[in-house]
Amino acid sequence: MEHATTLDHTEDVYEPSLTPDSLGKLGMWIFLVGDTMSFGALLAAYAALRAGAGIVGWVPPSEILGINLTAFMTFLLICSSVTMVKALESIQNGNVSRMCTFLGLTILGGVIFLGLQAYEWYHLITHGLTLTGIPDHGLSGAAISGSTLFGPTFYAITGFHGMHVTGGVIYLIVILIHGLRGRYTAEFNHEVEIVGLYWHFVDLIWIMVFTFIYLL
Amino acid sequence: MAENGHKEHPKYMNIFWWLLALTIIEVAVAIPDYAVVLKAILLIGLACSKAALVAIYFMHLKFERKTLTIIVLTPFIICVFLVIMLMPDLTLDARLDGIEKPAAEVVDTSSH
Repeated sequence: MEHATTLDHTEDVYEPSLTPDSLGKLGMWIFLVGDTMSFGALLAAYAALRAGAGIVGWVPPSEILGINLTAFMTFLLICSSVTMVKALESIQNGNVSRMCTFLGLTILGGVIFLGLQAYEWYHLITHGLTLTGIPDHGLSGAAISGSTLFGPTFYAITGFHGMHVTGGVIYLIVILIHGLRGRYTAEFNHEVEIVGLYWHFVDLIWIMVFTFIYLL
Repeated sequence: MAENGHKEHPKYMNIFWWLLALTIIEVAVAIPDYAVVLKAILLIGLACSKAALVAIYFMHLKFERKTLTIIVLTPFIICVFLVIMLMPDLTLDARLDGIEKPAAEVVDTSSH
């Protein structure tokens, strides 16, 4: 008897059907959940390969990768996440020009991030970190040796993330163009929220990559 | 999901300062040399708290249905399992390499 009465009053009975904006948001969340698994698989592979090489078999990342530049890149992505939420906040208050300014700043953050990553990669490649080899000397000047899997795992993970940032910048530019043409209002702005979800996710992943690849 | 019109906004700048502070602490924790396990626990803890701040406030998980939070947490839990399941395989290989190679050399020298 009790079961019957509780079943009659489950939440689902009163749940509204999916609206176009909640549907889009749900779709983005499901994509992000799947994408988390892609990054999870790459990071898990990195962890397993590194653990397999042992402590002496793997060069400490601080000997090859500079932390200062990437710490700044982390800071940059956090800033661009803040400008992204500010853009959404602006359009929810009906301020289109403010939204466009903040979207522009977000794009700028993403582009600078990509530029710095290209600079970092160029620097590392000329220094000797390639897909098949590691540098002879570490940043401290000491001779280093270890698994040559350092390069491929590093470039695969940061490259996959960089591709996400590139995609995000293109996505943001499309939304900015829509915004400049006056598509979004205080009532209609779920597309801005959805691009925000993607952009914050890219930031979130970088927080993880920064910790696991550079700091640990 | 989202109610139309004006929504309550969290104090985004506060979240920014928290993220910045946690990043600085993270770098400060990473640079000195000490026990690897302790360092790993500290760094992973800090990274997870930063990721949680981004998801809860910037991605508005706090203002969504609880079901969504459960869906979003699922892949993270699966990833932890993935790492655990991969570990024995590769570390076992490394151990076997260490054990078998000297034994093989001993056999080689005695037979010649």
